[in-house]
Amino acid sequence: MRANLFNKIWDLHTVGQLSSGQDQLFIGLHLVHEVTSPQAFQMLKERDLAVRHPERTFATVDHIVPTSTQTRPFADALAEKMMQAIEKNADEHDISFFGLDSQNQGIVHVIGPELGLTQPGMTIACGDSHTSTHGAFGAIAFGIGTSQVRDVLVSQTLAMSRPRVRRISIDGALGQGVYSKDVILRIIAELGVNGGIGYAYEFSGTAIRAMNMEARMSICNMSIEGGARVGYINPDDVTFEYLDGRPYAPKDMARATAFWQSIASDDDADYDDIVVFDADTIEPMVTWGINPGQAVGVTKTTPEIAALPNEERETAEQAYRHMDLEEAQPVGGIPIDVAFIGSCTNSRITDLREAAHIARGRRVANGVKALVVPGSRQVHRQAVEEGLDKIFTDAGFEWRAAGCSMCLAMNPDQLQGREICASSSNRNFIGRQGSPTGRTMLMSPAMVAAAAVKGEITDVRELQ
Amino acid sequence: MDLSRAQISGTGIPVRGNDIDTDRIIPARFMKCVTFEGLGEYAFHDERFAEDGSAKDHSFNDERYRNGNILIVNKNFGCGSSREHAPQSLNRFGITAVIGESFAEIFAGNCAVMGIPAVRATENDVQQLMSGVEKDPSVDVAIDLEEQAVRFGTEQFAVTLPDSARKALISGTWDTTAMLLANDAAIAATAARIPYMVDFAVSKS
Repeated sequence: MRANLFNKIWDLHTVGQLSSGQDQLFIGLHLVHEVTSPQAFQMLKERDLAVRHPERTFATVDHIVPTSTQTRPFADALAEKMMQAIEKNADEHDISFFGLDSQNQGIVHVIGPELGLTQPGMTIACGDSHTSTHGAFGAIAFGIGTSQVRDVLVSQTLAMSRPRVRRISIDGALGQGVYSKDVILRIIAELGVNGGIGYAYEFSGTAIRAMNMEARMSICNMSIEGGARVGYINPDDVTFEYLDGRPYAPKDMARATAFWQSIASDDDADYDDIVVFDADTIEPMVTWGINPGQAVGVTKTTPEIAALPNEERETAEQAYRHMDLEEAQPVGGIPIDVAFIGSCTNSRITDLREAAHIARGRRVANGVKALVVPGSRQVHRQAVEEGLDKIFTDAGFEWRAAGCSMCLAMNPDQLQGREICASSSNRNFIGRQGSPTGRTMLMSPAMVAAAAVKGEITDVRELQ
Repeated sequence: MDLSRAQISGTGIPVRGNDIDTDRIIPARFMKCVTFEGLGEYAFHDERFAEDGSAKDHSFNDERYRNGNILIVNKNFGCGSSREHAPQSLNRFGITAVIGESFAEIFAGNCAVMGIPAVRATENDVQQLMSGVEKDPSVDVAIDLEEQAVRFGTEQFAVTLPDSARKALISGTWDTTAMLLANDAAIAATAARIPYMVDFAVSKS
């Protein structure tokens, strides 16, 4: 046996080969949210088709929900219409729906794992590119478009081509103040935003094994920012302990664990490519540009265009114009206007604990607007139980209700004008946070907290 | 209706730049909708219009490319969000095919199931095509998926696309639903051998 997890799961779920040459892949879990599903349900209606496995389909609302006041109807009539559409579609098709009246509502990639829906050995699809998050459990999870949402709804399968598999090993131990977010930003900076096209990424190595599930999810979440539609980590005792006792986790854990162990990559498994990073060399990372690959260590300076490979120069020039930054400028000390802790990348309880550790006993700098948005109602409850909300509000952060919030511009939380935001989210694309001229700098939640209290990009290690 | 996309011809519309993400193709605020209709006017919205509504310099605003249906792009086009709203908005703007150096995977997949060929060419060929179209926007551009070639004016170069997409586009079977549903028994048989579907399946709590 020399198989990796990816190929084992793919083979187990292959229905057959289609005339196009693609594989027909069975999807074990389909997650649905309000933005990319209404058109798919409309297609079902037009074609008079039913949902094949409603019991394998789960829906929630996250992108459009306001995080300050959530009373219905929403002030935004378009958002209200989308909300009504998913309520109606879930009801008509008998799909479990975690709406605003559910204690389990939250960002789809936060609630799947915390409810125990996400499990090793599964194939998981969702109309959202950050579905790669669920790969942290040893699942094959990937984002799909709306026509593919339709296909999964009606057939529980997809037409897919098998990608190659690249093993990315992070060996050694991460230093203090260095988090899984820094690991994935470093990987993308080195391998490029398109380096993963055509690949699934397997993350392994001692630094990965030492991480809790929340940290693993942040890494897999951003695989897609490196071009890899799938990112995964082999399941181990950390995974099994996380799942044990969760609402949708198997009751017969012994039987489930035996299956989960059997699908992990074999020790001598084959890979199409292997890349190794030394964990000791990873610093807290900060993006300076307009894609997640334009990142450097917080102690470094922005790159000189002449030192970049030819094909990166034009994007770098555009980035400097948009960000109003200069070549060879230290990233430490860049002033910020907004600090955002949240998103499917970094809104879980461990993220909030790390940020609260920095915020405790300090004050948000004058002129900085800072918000903390838990990823789910469950995270919200737990943070309140631990008193984290009090630490944040005492420090001058706003404490909000669960949702995607300022990661993307589909709810009231948006940048204004040229504001520059230290953000724990996943994309620094032009206009991503709601203002076409707004600016985003990505970093870990602890680094965002440090930037919030100092009013400028700050090495979090100085505050620990 | 002929669903084959074996040959697509018309004129080009170049959009220069690497790593153009789907947030730029269709900003998220325009996704507050329950249908794809009407998305065409928002294609590249924030690249085309300043915040005061005035038009910026962009090929989608350029009268010379008004009839262009073949989009020409550089590397990693369509990266980022999986939103099908991106190719849907381009398609509703009038785009029926894309020629580029490379595409993000989900974007390319979305194009394939919509019947929009997204074909790859070398950096040099894309540059020549872009320059040729910029010089003379009326030049005929034709994509031939059988021959895997693009012809413009008197020039011709090779293009590639995944074999599965090529077959489906040529035969007109790019709408995958019917093909997937045809294998009903095999789908059931697959589900029946997957441990979490059978041995320790979890019902609603």
